[in-house]
Amino acid sequence: MNLPILCQVFNGQVAISDLTINQWDLLLRQARSAMLLAKLYYLIESNQVLDDIPATAFRYLKSAKIHSDKQLNDLHWEVRHLEKIAKKLKYPLVLLKGSAYAMSDMRASKGRTFSDIDILVAYDNITNTESQLMLNGWVSSTLDEYDQQYYRQWMHEIPAMRHMFRGSVIDLHHNILPKTVKNCPNAQLLIAEVKLLSEQEGLAVLSSIDMIIHSATHLFYDGELEHGCRDIIDLYDLLNQFVDEGGELNDLVARANELGLQNPVYYALHYVNIILHFSVPEETINKLQGNVPKGLMVYIMDFLFMRALMPDHESCNDSWTGLARWVLYVRSHWLRMPLHQLAPHLLRKGYKRVKGEEGY
Amino acid sequence: MKINNRDIRHTLKSSGLVLDIGFFKFNICSSLQSIEETISTLYCDYVHTEYDNVEELVDFHVQVRQVKQILSPPFFNSQAQFFLDNTAPFTPLPIQHAPAIIEWGMNWCVSSQINTHLIIHAAVMEKNGFAVVMPAPPGSGKSTLTASLIQEGWRLLSDELTLIQLDTYQVSPFPRPVSLKNESISVIKNRYPDVVFGPVSSDTAKGTVCHIRPPTLSVKNQHIDCPIGWIIFPKYQVDAETEFLPFGKAQTLMNVAENCFNYSVLGQLGFDVLKNVVDRADCYQFKYSNLDEAVSIFSKLEPPK
Repeated sequence: MNLPILCQVFNGQVAISDLTINQWDLLLRQARSAMLLAKLYYLIESNQVLDDIPATAFRYLKSAKIHSDKQLNDLHWEVRHLEKIAKKLKYPLVLLKGSAYAMSDMRASKGRTFSDIDILVAYDNITNTESQLMLNGWVSSTLDEYDQQYYRQWMHEIPAMRHMFRGSVIDLHHNILPKTVKNCPNAQLLIAEVKLLSEQEGLAVLSSIDMIIHSATHLFYDGELEHGCRDIIDLYDLLNQFVDEGGELNDLVARANELGLQNPVYYALHYVNIILHFSVPEETINKLQGNVPKGLMVYIMDFLFMRALMPDHESCNDSWTGLARWVLYVRSHWLRMPLHQLAPHLLRKGYKRVKGEEGY
Repeated sequence: MKINNRDIRHTLKSSGLVLDIGFFKFNICSSLQSIEETISTLYCDYVHTEYDNVEELVDFHVQVRQVKQILSPPFFNSQAQFFLDNTAPFTPLPIQHAPAIIEWGMNWCVSSQINTHLIIHAAVMEKNGFAVVMPAPPGSGKSTLTASLIQEGWRLLSDELTLIQLDTYQVSPFPRPVSLKNESISVIKNRYPDVVFGPVSSDTAKGTVCHIRPPTLSVKNQHIDCPIGWIIFPKYQVDAETEFLPFGKAQTLMNVAENCFNYSVLGQLGFDVLKNVVDRADCYQFKYSNLDEAVSIFSKLEPPK
């Protein structure tokens, strides 16, 4: 199977200096659709070939880089506000995903797009953290009673909180998967291993292994894969940095076994290997215990994910892409909620949509 | 350069027609008749190439397509939608707005994707080697004034987007058809009977919108950058006496910053660029109701010292 030019550039199969004009055209378009322009800028910068690229390409890579840097700057500002809250708490606020990568100055934060700030605290600390956030200007973005109840009863997070003046959005979590998921991990295991940030009092991030596991879990339980390509590159950055700093993939696998999250870690290693040529020894994958895909299932999942994880651009689509994305969307709901809970929820949502009370 | 209308139609429907506008290349695809008409009346002076024959990178692949809502009744009017490389940033609008949709869409491409320039929502024109920048909210008569001045010897650099280079503080021209709304359409038609109008988009959110063809010379000189000489805030007011007053530099900077698309994205650099621009320019506020007097005031502008 031929990978899109964007993936071939990230995995090193095609060198930047060898790109033809037509390849550049596709590369920029795929990167724009996948929100990876800024990431591409940093890749080219690290290869020290920025001076050799076409002026038109540079314009868009540089523009995206400036935008991403600005988001990073804004994020630092918001985290400073969070620090004021965190200082007064008896437990750390654990930053997740983008904000964690940014505050630990990790490779994955370079050229990334940042939106919401994700925070993890123990379930028992949710109420207190929520009130502290409210006292500091973040208010629940939905007033709908059903949504509020749905989130609090079933989800791993409370409804998003938006800052009244600055507009920043915080997603407050007590776990990394909804309670309704069969393999929902014990969040205490994650919290026990967090690393406190040295420069920000009261703030912490997951251990580097758990960051990888969380990123994998998020991607492979999520149904909306329009940005799947960006997320797999996140994983690639995390894994590379982990290995470069002396991390052992065997430890990652052991942790996945401990948390019961073998499946997403299997997919992460499998697809980072196929798409981005990150090498994973066979025996490492074999150490993943439990129900990881085997035989025919691997072919089926490859058929789906090798379409859905590609940039959401027409040049990467074939006639099965739409179906693949749809099947994975349905799968994610299936994984996240048993049918007897899911069906009434979807019915209710559908009804509200028809009534025009809810957007698409 | 004259282009054959049949060729335009064919190219727009196949791989696309590439227009060189300022330093950008837009590849345009559409099978709508009104888009074809827009291109052939308003864009005939621009260099245009079939996409298959372009040897450089294209900046934006844009499409205007007819779309039909699912479940819409058969008599329901169809709609048109703007796409940047098959992604739709806006909701569809009635199909008769297509000529305005493509203009707004192309402006959006630049204002949302470019951070290598400071972008001000402002008209900008050049005379004797200096540019006048006119930032103004809708309703200030900015476009009417622009449409008049470009008939009086000013070179159009842009009607909507002033692109300022971050290192030289010069304006990179992005000349496009000038958008006129409602009464100003007839004002310009009566005043300058030779001006070429594109297809009309009626009943849009902004009222009736119609674009005029930019002067041939402005298009021909679209690669000549230009330093900024003046920043003028125009305000059209019915029956007002003409009033042309110096405007404080600090306030000018704040007002211009408010009219920028990417001032905050550029951070410190945005401030530094704008400060340099304002420092070097003469700044005025300008109230007018009489176009003759307005044109005369602009013709007497002295280059800044």
